[in-house]
Amino acid sequence: MNIIPTMDEMRRSLDNRNGKSLQDKFASSTVAICGLGGLGSNIAVSLARAGVGRLILIDFDKVEVSNLHRQQYKASQTGCFKTEALAANLKEIAPYITVITHTRQIDENNFNELLCNADIICEAFDGAEAKAMLVNSVLKKMPERYLIASSGMAGSDSANLIRTRRITDHFYLCGDEVSDVEDNIGLMSSRVMLCAAHQAHMVLRILAEKYEA
Amino acid sequence: MIKINGIFHEAAGKTLAEYLAGTSYNPKRIVVEWNGVIVTKEQYEKTVLQNGDVVEVVSFVGGG
Repeated sequence: MNIIPTMDEMRRSLDNRNGKSLQDKFASSTVAICGLGGLGSNIAVSLARAGVGRLILIDFDKVEVSNLHRQQYKASQTGCFKTEALAANLKEIAPYITVITHTRQIDENNFNELLCNADIICEAFDGAEAKAMLVNSVLKKMPERYLIASSGMAGSDSANLIRTRRITDHFYLCGDEVSDVEDNIGLMSSRVMLCAAHQAHMVLRILAEKYEA
Repeated sequence: MIKINGIFHEAAGKTLAEYLAGTSYNPKRIVVEWNGVIVTKEQYEKTVLQNGDVVEVVSFVGGG
């Protein structure tokens, strides 16, 4: 059995990559990920690897076989709650970060309670109405938080069409803004991961105090 | 003239609700920012557009 690296070893390895000052900022931040599907699970893996200190994972759903083509779950995890499965996977990737899970559906009544400790919030739902609901709620009631939402990543159009747009001071939108899963054009792991990477990258840029998209 | 998503429109005097009704936006899938302020759905009928206003409508599509 392999012995996992110590916390010091992992921290030092990250510091050597990006510098201690930046890693300190990552390690002391809290990011909430709303929805743990194709976007959320990929955002979580990216941020965990980057050394973000605290992740709040929120999803009510269970892993299904149809998720495996783009979501960061293992085949052996079908039937498990996404919160628990992802937390377990992250524990093996980045054993020393803090992962808080809420196996709940976010709505207009509970979003404040679930998200109030986050510095940055990632909207990673798959339904257009849920996206609009969360974005409206957070922008109205928690305008001081950074919010990175997503829209449009379906199909196999060029990867170059996925982009990050800064809408307001604290609100960013990632995706191509048009490719809708309801048009039956499918969802490809690479394109979804691309959008998730845009979101994760914007999180890290904000933590590095680079606020432009 | 009112700037909506970067394009100028003649819409002075219309409420946000009236303007949106003339578009193909689905009110349940949008976020509207009017002069830097987020306008909730309940406020669309009460927000009257005036010349010089700047509006941003973000429309969400599904997938994730």
